[in-house]
Amino acid sequence: MSTAWAAVVVIGAATVAIKAAGPVLAGGRELPDRLGGVVELLAPAVLAALVVTQAVGGDEELVIDERLAGVGVAAVAIALKAPILVSVTTAAVVTALLRLAT
Amino acid sequence: MAVGLFGVSFGVLAGSAGFEPLAAVVMSVTTFAGSAQFAAISVLGAGGTLAAAVGAAVLLNARYGPMGLAAAPAFEGSVWRRLLQSQLVVDEAWALSIVEEERGRRFDRRILVGAGLLLYAAWVAGTTAGVIAGGALGDPEDLGLDAAFPALFLALLVGQLGSRPAATAALVGGAIALVLIPVAPAGVPVIVAVAACLIGLRGREERS
Repeated sequence: MSTAWAAVVVIGAATVAIKAAGPVLAGGRELPDRLGGVVELLAPAVLAALVVTQAVGGDEELVIDERLAGVGVAAVAIALKAPILVSVTTAAVVTALLRLAT
Repeated sequence: MAVGLFGVSFGVLAGSAGFEPLAAVVMSVTTFAGSAQFAAISVLGAGGTLAAAVGAAVLLNARYGPMGLAAAPAFEGSVWRRLLQSQLVVDEAWALSIVEEERGRRFDRRILVGAGLLLYAAWVAGTTAGVIAGGALGDPEDLGLDAAFPALFLALLVGQLGSRPAATAALVGGAIALVLIPVAPAGVPVIVAVAACLIGLRGREERS
């Protein structure tokens, strides 16, 4: 099985289990405060790390290239409350144009 | 609509990350969690291991545990019915189904299931269109698609920064990743950055 298919199967099974846990097992109890506090912060921590690794990450090195410029322009678009799709497209277009120019 | 277009971009990007078309579509059918799917293909596309991709995706999806728990009273019927309907819980459907009442908030199952089904159909259809279109596009780097990932994660991140602990966790997580990139294999920086969420041990604060 290829790595891609393995990822599809394992992530699919894990996601089904995570989503089903509450509705199947529980009667709507709230999480203990401390655990809830930690889980609430998972998404921002992981997303921020993904932004950094995808914007400047290379093969065990920092890579500053056209990507970062594209993401920077997208950040401005996001700050101006542009729709997500517009911001993402902006990043790709800016990066592609810079690569064309260099 | 927007979800459908995201599905298209997932299909295109999955192809550029080395996923065969059927694998991308099957993933959207079985996983139905956009940010985790994007995270997994971006880690694999950047040369990360299977474990790192699964780790990043599972950590991003962990929020569906407590979200499902919160919405649990809205789910009725047999175990199988609840299991199937629980798969429709995604951020947008979950948030839409919250009904504020005088004695607190509750979740409306009909809104949750209805919105979830619409989003699901758009997501799967979009992915299918994306993998078909993606093959015709050429080199993803020429198109700047490698910049689309971090821009997307940034946009999703901004939507998560509703409280001071969330902003702190994001800053710390990003800093950990930045420091580890030059010294750790692809995928590892994201996993270690999760430690940033431990600042939540102080307990929940009111959202500002």
